[in-house]
Amino acid sequence: MILFVLCFVLFMIGLYGVILQRNLIKIIIGLAIMEYSVYLFLILIGYVKGGTVPIISDFFENGPFVDPLPQALVLTAIVIGLATKALLLSVAIRLYKHYGTFDIRKMNNLKG
Amino acid sequence: MISPHGMTIIVKKICQFIAPTIFLFGIYISVYGHLSPGGGFAGGVIMASAFILQILSDGSLLEKLKSERWRLELSESLSIFSFLILAVLGLLLAGTAVFFGNFLPPGKLGQLISGGFIPIGNLIIGIEVCASMTLIFVALIIFKDEESE
Amino acid sequence: MGSLLPLYIIIPLGTAFLTLIFGRWLHNLGKYLIIPAMLFLTGLTIYFVSQIPQTVVYRVGGFADVLNIPVAIFLVADGLTNILLLIISIVGLLVALYSLSYTKQYTGETKFYALFCLMLAGMYGVVIAGDIFNLFVFLEIASIASYTLVAFGIEKQQLEATFKYQVLGGVSSLIILSAIGFIYWTTGTLNLADIARQLPQVKSFQLFVSVLLIGGFGLKAALVPFHSWLPDAHSSAPSPISAMLSGVLIKAVGAYVIIRLFFNIFQINYQIAMTITVLGTLSMIVGVFLAIGQWDFKRLLAYHSISQMGYVVLGIGIGLLVLATGGQEKVAILAITGGLFHMLNHSIFKALLFLNAGSVEYRTGTRDLKRLGGLAEKMPITSGSSFVASMAISGIPPFNGFFSKVVIIFAAIQAGYYWLAFFAVVVSIVTLASFTKVQKYAFYGELPAKYENVKESPFGMSLSMTILAILCLIMSLLIIPGVREIFLKPAVDVLMDASKYSVKVIGL
Repeated sequence: MILFVLCFVLFMIGLYGVILQRNLIKIIIGLAIMEYSVYLFLILIGYVKGGTVPIISDFFENGPFVDPLPQALVLTAIVIGLATKALLLSVAIRLYKHYGTFDIRKMNNLKG
Repeated sequence: MISPHGMTIIVKKICQFIAPTIFLFGIYISVYGHLSPGGGFAGGVIMASAFILQILSDGSLLEKLKSERWRLELSESLSIFSFLILAVLGLLLAGTAVFFGNFLPPGKLGQLISGGFIPIGNLIIGIEVCASMTLIFVALIIFKDEESE
Repeated sequence: MGSLLPLYIIIPLGTAFLTLIFGRWLHNLGKYLIIPAMLFLTGLTIYFVSQIPQTVVYRVGGFADVLNIPVAIFLVADGLTNILLLIISIVGLLVALYSLSYTKQYTGETKFYALFCLMLAGMYGVVIAGDIFNLFVFLEIASIASYTLVAFGIEKQQLEATFKYQVLGGVSSLIILSAIGFIYWTTGTLNLADIARQLPQVKSFQLFVSVLLIGGFGLKAALVPFHSWLPDAHSSAPSPISAMLSGVLIKAVGAYVIIRLFFNIFQINYQIAMTITVLGTLSMIVGVFLAIGQWDFKRLLAYHSISQMGYVVLGIGIGLLVLATGGQEKVAILAITGGLFHMLNHSIFKALLFLNAGSVEYRTGTRDLKRLGGLAEKMPITSGSSFVASMAISGIPPFNGFFSKVVIIFAAIQAGYYWLAFFAVVVSIVTLASFTKVQKYAFYGELPAKYENVKESPFGMSLSMTILAILCLIMSLLIIPGVREIFLKPAVDVLMDASKYSVKVIGL
């Protein structure tokens, strides 16, 4: 149970970064932290106490397996997160080129 | 920022030894994806790290990176397109006739050549991830260096 | 028939990657490929609609069910998906036609068409996905392609808009992902039909998961407390992309998923129905009042998108409320029909309005209404079609917007929610006022001297605008009895037989 609470705390730390930070790179880092908390949560869902690797083979004992499906989900989500982060960083670099700063308070072309 | 001359000779020499080993390890992870933890994505990332290591240690001219970019883009698109073809082949061949149908014989459990088209798919994904990771790295460097000029 | 379903994913993806591979040598390949691909998909959709409405199920990979547990990835098409497939195909085809001339101002046209196809693949995937995780993956494909397309011109405004859009979109994706985690935790399955079967036995977390899902998909659909990204992103994007985003994307990845989840998957309950209705009403009112003060043509249209999506969600919400409180089934049917019909209509006229704004910007170089004027004689097709679309969005008969709004208002009155009906009428009047302003400042009044030499937009752009304007009229025929049975009724039936979804898909 404590682990789920810690996941939630991590999520909130990320949300704090996204909402309250003023630096583009820090916002991206906040988003990444939120993402990792969700991945951890998904992995925790699939965890079975004392479970082994979910591979059917001669090398591994056939004990209780941990659930492999959340792991597959997390792998897919990591790939998606990678694409989003790369795109966000390139946009941040372009914005830096236009404004000469990472501070979002200086970027105010869009209003209303 | 990438300097055109790279790092010192010690770093260069060590990287020359390490990078091929990393690359081989990446291929191993990709190919054994259906038997052990790993698979296309993890293997591809490891393969890409070999390339990134080389670029970082040896250094590169901006023009050279720019000219490499389209090749990376091409290999990325080609590998993803061949993965799509692999999936469509399952639809077209008479044995399975479903999208993503596994049209190759399953083989014996635990052997390297088994699992039908899954090892092929893993290898293709590995190449695609390798190309796209290197591409992201190269593209970010190009953006950054264009900005500083 | 079921074996045709994967084509909706194969063809856009194949087009995208073929364009990318050969684009370096054949610069116009994207243009040549996209029109046949979209024509084929539109034909396929019309074939699907023309069949007797039935639920089509396709198991990717051909895995059979094991011990009654569906293990394959499902693709599902039924009456409700047909509506969305038709919206995506028709608007996608016409916007592609429009882009042929419009994208000449950009370098890297190949990438534009490749990303366009990826976005289409993502939206088709969201609509036909039969399990919630693949829905999420396709949603991300569509979203990432749209983030990139918003920033296609790489100017200050577009980059700023796309950053905002991406951060909020990323947060909403994470909320959706954690909701998927909770669903898997409590039910042990990801298949939508199987979830619908398992959920009645699960008591814990249901309300919490519903709230998470409303938050996540509400952000994607730009309902009011979560709307702040939409005006920036939709007004900064290239005009064909604005038309796709406003016309299709927020419906396919936002409204459709909300409708599907809260009718077919979750059990209808009063709190959720009330939340959805309140969100719809708020979007309807706040969106239109924010739109009044705008002088940027596309920004004004973007705010109206929020308001019109409010109508769609309001119709759906009234339907849910009536079903939850055990009211008359007839009223629920009326409300849901209104909501779905308005979704269809809005995609047509809002796409048309954005294309009009694009034409004006293409020829004059500005979208500031104060600096425009008198374009009616110089650009007769643009001004005529924008007149049609303005009348349709403000609900003037005989255009399609009138009929769907009237159906929603009647449903609200019959269900006893007189205030909601009153708000719907008021918002409609304010919309009319706002579009009178657009017409007056952009197309009538005095022509500024520097626009003396403005010409009508190129042929492809004019053609697609004309077709959309004609569709605005034809769509009103869909509501008359007889025609209604072919198209709208099957979709409403899917939602009314809420509990039968799992029976139809996995046969349990």
